[in-house]
Amino acid sequence: MRQPLDKWLKSGTPWVWLNAGAVAISVIMVIGLLALIAVRGLGHFWPASIVEAQIQAPNGNTSLLIGEIVDTEEVSAAQLRSAGIELPESATFVDRHLVKIGNRDVYGSDFSWVLDRNIVERTYPENLIAIERREWGNFYGYLLAVKEAGVTVAEQNAGENRIWDEFQARIERALTIHEAIYQIEKHEIGSINYALERLRLKQRRLELEGKDTPENLAELDAERQSYQQEYHALEARLADLNKEFNRDSFVAQVQDGRTTEIYFSKVVRAYQPNAMGLGGKFAFYGAKLWEFLSDEPREANTEGGIFPAIFGTVMMVLLMSVMVTPFGVVAAVYLREYAKQGFITRVIRIAVNNLAGVPSIVYGVFGLGFFVYFLGGHMDDLFFPEALPAPTFGTPGLMWASLTLALLTVPVVIVATEEGLARIPRTVREGSLALGATKAETLWRVVLPMASPAMMTGVILAVARAAGEVAPLMLVGVVKLAPSLPLDGNYPFIHLDQKFMHLGFHIYDVGFQSPNVEAARPLVYATALLLVVIIALLNLSAIAIRNHLREKYKALES
Amino acid sequence: MSIMKETSPTSVPELDFNTPAAVLHRRIRRTKDKAATVGVGVGGISVIIAILLIFLYLLYEVIPLFRSASIEQQATYTVPVTSAQTLYMTMEEQAEIAMQVTANGEVVFFDTLTGNTVKRQSLPVPQGVEITSFAEGSAASHLLALGLSNGQTLIFKHRYKITYPNDQRVISPFLDFPYGEQPMEVDTQGAPLTKLAIRDTEAGLTLAAVTQDGRTPITQYVKEEDFLTMEVQLVQKSIELPVREQGVLSLHIGPSQRWFYVVLEDGNLDVFDLKAGAQARLADRVQAVAQGQRITEAKLLLGGISLLIGDSQGKISQWFMVRDQQNLGQYKLQPIREFQLGQAPIVNISVEHRRKGFLAVDAQGMIGVYNTTAERTLLQETLVKGTSNLISISPRADVLLSLNQAGQIQKFHVDNEHPEVSWHSLWGEVWYESYDEPSYTWQSSASNNEFEPKFSLMPLAFGTLKAAFYAMLIATPLAICGAIYTAHFMAPSMRRKVKPVIELMEALPTVILGFLAGLFLAPFIELNLPGIFALLILMPIGIVAASFAWVNMPRQIRHMLPEGWDAAILIPVVLVIAWVSIAMSHPLEQWFFNGDMRAWLTNDLGIPFDQRNALVVGLAMGFAVIPTIFSIAEDAIFSVPKHLSHGSLALGATPWQTLVRVVLPTASPGIFSAVMIGMGRAVGETMIVLMATGNTPIMDANIFEGMRTLAANIAVEVPESEVGSSHYRILFLAAFVLFMFTFVVNTAAEIVRQRLRKKYGAL
Repeated sequence: MRQPLDKWLKSGTPWVWLNAGAVAISVIMVIGLLALIAVRGLGHFWPASIVEAQIQAPNGNTSLLIGEIVDTEEVSAAQLRSAGIELPESATFVDRHLVKIGNRDVYGSDFSWVLDRNIVERTYPENLIAIERREWGNFYGYLLAVKEAGVTVAEQNAGENRIWDEFQARIERALTIHEAIYQIEKHEIGSINYALERLRLKQRRLELEGKDTPENLAELDAERQSYQQEYHALEARLADLNKEFNRDSFVAQVQDGRTTEIYFSKVVRAYQPNAMGLGGKFAFYGAKLWEFLSDEPREANTEGGIFPAIFGTVMMVLLMSVMVTPFGVVAAVYLREYAKQGFITRVIRIAVNNLAGVPSIVYGVFGLGFFVYFLGGHMDDLFFPEALPAPTFGTPGLMWASLTLALLTVPVVIVATEEGLARIPRTVREGSLALGATKAETLWRVVLPMASPAMMTGVILAVARAAGEVAPLMLVGVVKLAPSLPLDGNYPFIHLDQKFMHLGFHIYDVGFQSPNVEAARPLVYATALLLVVIIALLNLSAIAIRNHLREKYKALES
Repeated sequence: MSIMKETSPTSVPELDFNTPAAVLHRRIRRTKDKAATVGVGVGGISVIIAILLIFLYLLYEVIPLFRSASIEQQATYTVPVTSAQTLYMTMEEQAEIAMQVTANGEVVFFDTLTGNTVKRQSLPVPQGVEITSFAEGSAASHLLALGLSNGQTLIFKHRYKITYPNDQRVISPFLDFPYGEQPMEVDTQGAPLTKLAIRDTEAGLTLAAVTQDGRTPITQYVKEEDFLTMEVQLVQKSIELPVREQGVLSLHIGPSQRWFYVVLEDGNLDVFDLKAGAQARLADRVQAVAQGQRITEAKLLLGGISLLIGDSQGKISQWFMVRDQQNLGQYKLQPIREFQLGQAPIVNISVEHRRKGFLAVDAQGMIGVYNTTAERTLLQETLVKGTSNLISISPRADVLLSLNQAGQIQKFHVDNEHPEVSWHSLWGEVWYESYDEPSYTWQSSASNNEFEPKFSLMPLAFGTLKAAFYAMLIATPLAICGAIYTAHFMAPSMRRKVKPVIELMEALPTVILGFLAGLFLAPFIELNLPGIFALLILMPIGIVAASFAWVNMPRQIRHMLPEGWDAAILIPVVLVIAWVSIAMSHPLEQWFFNGDMRAWLTNDLGIPFDQRNALVVGLAMGFAVIPTIFSIAEDAIFSVPKHLSHGSLALGATPWQTLVRVVLPTASPGIFSAVMIGMGRAVGETMIVLMATGNTPIMDANIFEGMRTLAANIAVEVPESEVGSSHYRILFLAAFVLFMFTFVVNTAAEIVRQRLRKKYGAL
């Protein structure tokens, strides 16, 4: 049955197909986007091979290039010519590669574009090493010698791989010392500084209250003295460790034959990707992934892990849930169970519904103006006068961020809970009341337990929304790099006044405010993937709970 | 039987409901119930109030912007020196101490509240020489000059030292002579200087005067710094201008020391261009007031670019030099705006030190407070007793001193927080200083203190609508078509899979969409521009062609696909079309655009191209808006009662006819509300726009240029704005506008939806 074209067109079927096309496009867009993030984000941790390429420039000069090929694109010759690159007349389109050559300390930049046509030969020598460093980004090159306190203890030629074990052992040693130094600097000295600051505030408070009697001051002084002593002891230990830390160095050769000396203290990890087997690569992948999830960021957030951002996001979301759940549920219960149903409740319901559609930045502005400057400013005057003029709560921080997001998500919880309450058949309530239960008992024992999955759904959706919101947080509390976590061992353990790091803001900051966007890009993809996974999981669980709930009431209604 | 007996009510008389324990228990339960009612009521209402608070708080921050100024008298006393004419009066930063300069060469500092003299000092005017004129540098520089009868000028500064002995603030005034206590020469012939003007900057010092014998000598000192000693050398340069008229009211020198204004009492205004040095020439001459009127007062506004002219009928006009549109390279004096203060002649104008505002007083003692940028009259009130003479506003613009002819000073407190904002300055075209024409401009801050803040919300509102427009252009067709198909044609089993996938899009954090748009999509589009346009054209054609091919497939193949799964076979088709379009991109670019479409756009069509442009924003934000529109529209179409479409189909209409004639008209209010809600989301979206555009506040609908939206502007500028400043409040206003816009749009959509639900219920 062949369809003639004109009849087919007249029947309107092409329009149906176009509509089908729209669905297909939407689905492809969603899945494509998720796939893009997943591929790029997961690819970040895979140890890429290091290529050694012979480059011949059009003028005949040859040079050597060592690095990872990050990206390849086809560009029109016209664009390149207008950028001042010489190309033969015949060329219309050329491939070019973005190569991560690392060694920012030697070359000044760690990326380089190479035209595919200029590459004469590519090899993947097994003994090329890649080194991740604490500063200046990655290093690529050949290991030549290992030195201890300036004296060469092991040596090899550029093509050899004899001293690799020696090299690895010394990295291990440096990492152990680094761990010890970190422990002292961050935790022990950190808590002493914190205690000293608290003493200073205590003294200031005594002065303000007029209780700065000599006895009180002497007491504070004694305490301060003991902290100072502790501090000096730690400092001495730190100096020893630092001396040990900076003992060893190694010499390596870079692509243009220059050699450079690098201290082991700057090395995070070293590996030979071209020599790795599949198992080795997987092991490396796992280690990198773990570092990403559990470590602190390095190098202006472009390297290392994102643990503080994960932690900050979780803290903020938890605090927000603690605030939003009771209020949202109470408001919903009031609207559905207690308020007289009529015009006013309808208006309120519409208003609450619409608040979910108000731009989040508006909440941010409100949070900054009302919570931070108004409430926070007054709280500082009342409770923390000793710290003034430095603000305690009168500045963006964790508490205000969670409170702002609680306000932002309270409509979500209200709407979901109300929906849950509305689904509970009236017969159930009436049954309970008929048995003599009071309204409160009915609510507490019968209605709320039945509505609890709906509340859960609401809270999960609220959490999912809060975890992904960035715009308001930029105004009320996130920072690109928080010096410490909002939860630690120093009294009062939870620091609600502190600023915190956040996954979403991390993406924005590293992707757009970082000085070295190219280097940071893979990390941003990985962070984005993590955020998407968290939010997708939250949403899917909300959907699952909702479906489960519907099934449950279907049985009740029948 | 016995069992029946036991359960019958009569057989349990021994069960006592009124034991003390039971009564207590009941009372506790009742109390609990009441407590719960109260608790829930209070809790619920307070949450709702908290939500209302957002609206009220935003309003509370915004309202002060539109308040007028208020002024109240605080003290009145006699000026310290009444024996000689007062040339000048000013105040220091705190407005605690004022200064009077008299015509006999005395400087008196006095307390602004009581009029008690704090310090009195005579200026080092040479013996036998009289003071014949007076000039003020810019208000903030504290620099003053006296013109003397020997053709010389004495330059001095009033300065204040603040100390805190015993935690008490003490302000001690003193005079400083930056160019030495010796008068400097202006007129080489030594004639008395009847009018004087001074302008001192880091580049040089210019002194201009009119002599009694009708000449206009100008002396310029160029400051040259010695590299070794860092000492500043003055190099003198003299210019003599041809003066054509008598009756000079005042002289003024612009901040770049290029424009020299001669204000004549008969209403003429001459501008000389001093750049040419000795060949200085008349740049423009205008009649600044109406026929028959005289100029009675002239002052330079803060920054020295604008000249304020007050006339004998109470009108004040603002003028500045503008590039002449007809004569390239020439400048002309342009009237910008006018203010009217009563009908009496303007006696004195006092210019604010930090803002583009001024105060004027007329002969009948009426004081007016104005702001030029906002074109705003903040206050007009007759306050001065007696015949007014001088007024002076303090640096913080909170204290006003008025001196009358009888030597009586009145001190006023001025409350004028946000004069630079008006409906006109926010939404209208404003002619800003140094601009060639009125424009809509947003530029909130600059390094310079004398900067004129440009608070036009128009470019931001325009940017917001532009971003929303392009987003809706992409999202609306895709979302509505998708919703139609999903709700009306799709097989239920597929619908259950597709709906969650698209709804998952809604949950995607916009920061991720923005990041992909900025770092992935923008470079990709730049590289494959022809391919993107090919995609837009090829996609519908390709889909229709593929479907026609499918319809004409052999029956066996067609029947392998269950009904309502058409979208599934289109997925590979769409992928292939997309791949073909992108692959075609480079050849297309080679054939049609000489290998570089971007260069072709810029050079041949003159369309500027930004990498992060409205197209990128449209795609990314379209993506964010699709699920919102989709899910609401889908709900609306799906809940159209099935018997309507079944009836239509039974009468022989095709599925498409049924959709267009029966289903869509019924569901159209729902689709409309879906679009409205989507629009609301697009308007308020922050992160995508922030990351996917260059955030330049321009007014251009070009799809290849960026924009700055209200939301992004708030995110960028709020953290840096000073709390309580006009800028801060305007950003709150922007937030309020966004709030109201989305709230109104969403409410409208919600009401439409509820009506629709009722209608379906009736069907």
